[in-house]
Amino acid sequence: MVNPVAGLGGRVGLGGTDGQERRHRALALGARPLAGERAAAALRELRELRAGPGAGAGAGALGGAVAGPGGGRPGAEPEVVTAAGAMGADSVAAAGLTARVVYAPGAEDETSAEDTLAAVRAVVAEGVDLLLLAGGDGTARDVLTALGGAHCPVLGVPTGVKMHSAVFGVSPRAAGEVAAAWLARSGSVRLRDAEVMDRDEDELRAGRVASRLYGWLPVPDVPVRVQQRKTGSTAGAPEAVGGIAAEVAERVGDGLLALGPGSTTRAVAAALGADVSLTGVDVLALRPGRPAEVVLRDAGEDALLAAGPCWIALSPIGGQGFLLGRGNQQISPRVLRAAGGRERLLVVCTEQKLASLGGRPLLLDTGDEALDAELAGHLPVITGRRRTSLYRLTT
Amino acid sequence: MTAHHAPAPVSPEDARIAPKPRLRRFQQASWDEKLIFELGSPGERGVLVPAPDPSIAPVEIPPTLRRAAPPALPEMSQQQVLRHYLRLSQENLGADLNIDVGQGTCTMKYSPKVNDQFVRDPRIAALHPLQDEDTVQGVLGIIHSLELLLKEISGMDRVSLQPAAGSAAIYTNVAMIRAYFAARGELEQRDEVITTIFSHPSNAACAKTAGFKVITLHPDADGYPDIEALKAAVGPRTAALLITNPEDTGIYNPRIEEFVRIVHEAGGLCSYDQANANGILGITRAREAGFDLCHFNLHKTFSTPHACGGPAAGACAVREELAPYLPRPTVEFDGERYRLDDDRPESIGKMRPFYGVVPNLVRAYAWIMSLGAEGLRSAAETAVLNNNYLLHKVRQIPGVSVPYAQGRPRVEQVRYSWQKLHEDTGLHSEDIGLRAADFGTHYWTSHHPYLVPEPMTLEPTESYTRDDLDEYAAILAEIAREAYESPDTVRTAPHRSTIHRVRPETLDDPATWAVSWRAYRRKILGGAAR
Amino acid sequence: MTSSENFVHPYIPNSVPSVRQAMLEEIGAASIEDFYADIPAGIRLHRPLDLPAPLRSEAELTRHMEELLARNTSTRQVLSFLGSGCYQHHVPAVVDEVVNRSEFLTAYAGEPYEDHGRFQALWEYQSMMAELLDVEVVNVPVYDGFQAAGTALRMAGRVTGRRRVLVATAIDADKLSRIRDYVRPDHDVTVVPVDPETGSADLDALHQELAAGDTAAVYADAPSALGIVDSSLPRLAELAHGAGALYVVGCNPLTLGVLAPPSAYGADIACGDIQPLGIHQSFGGGNAGFIATRDEERLVAEYPSRLFGLAPTSVEGEYGFGDVAHERTSFALREEGKEWVGTAAALHGIGAGVYLALMGPRGMREIGDTILAHTAYARQCLAQVPGIEVPYGDALHFADFTVRYTGGRTAAEIRADLKERGIYGSVPTGEHEAAFCVTEVHSKADIDRLAAALEEIVK
Repeated sequence: MVNPVAGLGGRVGLGGTDGQERRHRALALGARPLAGERAAAALRELRELRAGPGAGAGAGALGGAVAGPGGGRPGAEPEVVTAAGAMGADSVAAAGLTARVVYAPGAEDETSAEDTLAAVRAVVAEGVDLLLLAGGDGTARDVLTALGGAHCPVLGVPTGVKMHSAVFGVSPRAAGEVAAAWLARSGSVRLRDAEVMDRDEDELRAGRVASRLYGWLPVPDVPVRVQQRKTGSTAGAPEAVGGIAAEVAERVGDGLLALGPGSTTRAVAAALGADVSLTGVDVLALRPGRPAEVVLRDAGEDALLAAGPCWIALSPIGGQGFLLGRGNQQISPRVLRAAGGRERLLVVCTEQKLASLGGRPLLLDTGDEALDAELAGHLPVITGRRRTSLYRLTT
Repeated sequence: MTAHHAPAPVSPEDARIAPKPRLRRFQQASWDEKLIFELGSPGERGVLVPAPDPSIAPVEIPPTLRRAAPPALPEMSQQQVLRHYLRLSQENLGADLNIDVGQGTCTMKYSPKVNDQFVRDPRIAALHPLQDEDTVQGVLGIIHSLELLLKEISGMDRVSLQPAAGSAAIYTNVAMIRAYFAARGELEQRDEVITTIFSHPSNAACAKTAGFKVITLHPDADGYPDIEALKAAVGPRTAALLITNPEDTGIYNPRIEEFVRIVHEAGGLCSYDQANANGILGITRAREAGFDLCHFNLHKTFSTPHACGGPAAGACAVREELAPYLPRPTVEFDGERYRLDDDRPESIGKMRPFYGVVPNLVRAYAWIMSLGAEGLRSAAETAVLNNNYLLHKVRQIPGVSVPYAQGRPRVEQVRYSWQKLHEDTGLHSEDIGLRAADFGTHYWTSHHPYLVPEPMTLEPTESYTRDDLDEYAAILAEIAREAYESPDTVRTAPHRSTIHRVRPETLDDPATWAVSWRAYRRKILGGAAR
Repeated sequence: MTSSENFVHPYIPNSVPSVRQAMLEEIGAASIEDFYADIPAGIRLHRPLDLPAPLRSEAELTRHMEELLARNTSTRQVLSFLGSGCYQHHVPAVVDEVVNRSEFLTAYAGEPYEDHGRFQALWEYQSMMAELLDVEVVNVPVYDGFQAAGTALRMAGRVTGRRRVLVATAIDADKLSRIRDYVRPDHDVTVVPVDPETGSADLDALHQELAAGDTAAVYADAPSALGIVDSSLPRLAELAHGAGALYVVGCNPLTLGVLAPPSAYGADIACGDIQPLGIHQSFGGGNAGFIATRDEERLVAEYPSRLFGLAPTSVEGEYGFGDVAHERTSFALREEGKEWVGTAAALHGIGAGVYLALMGPRGMREIGDTILAHTAYARQCLAQVPGIEVPYGDALHFADFTVRYTGGRTAAEIRADLKERGIYGSVPTGEHEAAFCVTEVHSKADIDRLAAALEEIVK
């Protein structure tokens, strides 16, 4: 599923390509569409890996996309369904694969967000195992909208200019590799919920550059399995969520805990014995030795203020590090102050996820400059039981 | 046999041998050796056991303690056992055979053969640790002398050679730190240990095992430990800083003295992980940098062989204030005689059943004695020269980068990144490493989590010739060329190794993992082999 | 400033000045000092290390080492009855031949491809130990039996989430010290004293301790520090399990050709030291530890050490190896402090594997029978010496046993007199108590000689 114009703005200094007018300007300035090329690179990687030695058995139906019932033989070519022309079919052909076209845009050279929505729906209706989207944050948002809550694993081929969303592979080829692993259903691939972020248009109009969290999409999570072990390595690379949960439980003791949105916090809640939503802010009552109880679901600012003093657990957004002010606006400056500020803020994150920030600091933007200044600096991130990493938090 | 014809004359040209190729056409042995349980026949014997004198009555074992059925061990003749294991040894790449500069942080140096001879002598191998001290003055003397040598090399006041390896030594240091604060009544209060993400993971793991909370500092933008983070981390709860310097990036932290001062001012102790000491022997010591404790890995810096992952040996060195807590017994010398002192009431106790991994202590002692001060300094300087020479060669390879501290020299090792090559070709550092096996060598990536993406850590040590380093760099360059020109060759490597790529899925699934022959028979063969 | 300018050493090829110079030129560095630019002058050592003058040639070094070795008298030169955790057994020549192969001796952390041999040899070691212990999971060796016991008990603590550890059999004081230190952050260790008459576990006292609750593990040694293989070992399993605790047994693997493995009488975790399996004494430098369990996910998840597993490769029918349950800790619900994995004692595992393959089931049975018979005979002989009492009646002993001196002389005095007669033995376990040990290397004549010597000394 290719957004043919994603990334057009990058080379000519326009930022993203949302909106027709900006796209025309970009093309006029001599931008060359790269999305199709990058999508083809990802598909080539996928094809080579499926054909190569060690390709697992398993079906794949790529929607926009891959895969389908059928396959099952090692080395089987994935069954691909896609949209016509630059919206997918061209890239599929360039990668040496064949695809069934299930949607054609009204105008080949003028695809719109509506085309994206319709194409995604058409592809997903085919029952695909994976939806490959080639684009940027805007495309990811469109897919989120198109799915409307329907469950379909998604993976982004990065082609856009700004990619704050965590649904993209680190490179087109890496996306192909992850897709191949997912379609082969090799034992170690799970789904993770990844953030869909995009620039906040309201903020933009007010002259501020800020991105906003729009939701989550399920993305295949392929841990790199490394054989090498040497002195000092711990056994495996633990997803230390159980340890993080134990640490949080000890710090909170007998009390209330507000959990920000996200997959890490949700996993922490699960380890504490509670099932919470992925997108909302929920409040748990913790009691030592007993499973946690959800006392507030999807709480807004007022409900949080009314709930009384509580601890606040937040996890940064993978890959780009936003901690406050994106997707968790319910945890407002008033809520943070009422809770007791920095003292009652528990930042939770696995060491792996911290490392994946590539040294970039954690970010905050509460809209309250005084509070931002108070919170900024080095702050302890809970990475496991009795383990913290001191990490920089800046505006 | 008589020749009827004189052979035709041979010109010198005809007898000339073609020059060797620039890169070896390496092929590792692959014997298709069966699993040992598939060898032998019932009744065969590999070794016979003395029987008791006929006049000695056999012992009746109570039924509940008697073994019901004999263990299903292989039954093989002696040469068959030998041949099996010799074939396996040929399917193993030891440091003696390859240019082993790729196991960064492991300091793979030459382990002199003469030192092996000493430890095979029965006067080491057949010594019992509970012999009367009079009968082991030689070995006690070696242990004591090695302690003195390491005392000078570290600048510390007392040394213990009991720890079994590097991690055991780190744990021993942490246990001493714990005892020190317990004795001062501060243990309740001081329950935090600070380390850095690039310090060896055992620092965090041992501190945690010993009951401390662990605070990890991430590096600043240049890859140096973040001093602002340290300032934010220290306080009345700080027990200690456990830090490696240089870290495995090869970067020496020039503000180390300041780190130590900040921790001391907060009332904490500082313990120096000297696993990477090889490049700084005789240049700078734990004492000058202000540390209270340090440890060495004798199998790294002092050349004892790595033995497939141990036995190794560790040394702890401490300042006088911490000496009461050293593991017991200590070896003491009164000018005439060596003795073991077990009467150390404040000691953290025994770290090992007896006094350390003695064969490796003997080897390390012999190695230091054969080099002396000048030789140690030469080893350090040459290791650093070799490292920077290799850095110069490797950074020219397409697809390689050297993150952090741009333009700064590196000490003993370098953590490189194949990130660019990965972005260009889709191949991972692990793929490159596996292809290296086809050239008769290998490398290690990095500890986890990977802060440097697609990492490769190389540490040449002083043991390798310039030609060795040139060859190693040429191998990496060749693999990088393949990665760009025929990526599948690399993706599916190794091709000339003993086996091909392992499919790891079965190893993570409780239904299929097989840690033993009997588990394999039950789960995989489904009883077919019974 | 380069102080090592003209010191060319056989171990340091690039110490040759002309080579150094050429390398520096290629890098574009003025001197080696350039590479130390990040080390501030303030923390430099501005003098040469104060070390003895080097023994530059191999000949000089060998001569120096010979002088030191000559000051040791080994157990090959005298008659030794020392045991107590380090044992004198015959080491078959093939074991030494294999572990001294430089491909094994000098390897380290290669992948399962270029180091296939190491992985297979260690997997086979795990497998042979699993047969001996009648379980399916055994780890790559850890440092020693003390460490194995400490880790086994922490594993039991993580599985049960409880605090107390009860030691039910006589335990070596050093081993207890090590276990206490190691489990301290999470566990309290209570030693339930054994019955002084029989040397065996005091079941009533143990029952009372268990009644107090919160017990993670009951620990027993087989044989115990007194050398006793306690007949109530199976009963301890029932008591432990009745209280919801795990049963952890430290055992000597050399006994298992004839004695039931701990798993047969209810042990959840077995641990111990493999030094008796073909590893030289080396003044106590030859220890290595094992941990063994059933193949249950909750137990496997708690191993901090490496477990090698057999796995298929990309080539049909070919097998290779890798680490099992790589993300092991992610199964663990209880993250109360994992331990660490480091360089430990892998080569001893390979050596022990060679030993077990050479011995086979019959060799293991015979060596067990021989040592049991020798131990019983030595206890009988010494019991007949006036001034010696051999306690604990007919309790089954293996290799180690204790005696009491009733003639007024101390264990230390007797040890010194024995040494004068070319016999090592009588390790004091109390002022008038001492330990002896016999194995398959002793003959009836050796034991008779010991008894005769003691007869002269003890009085």
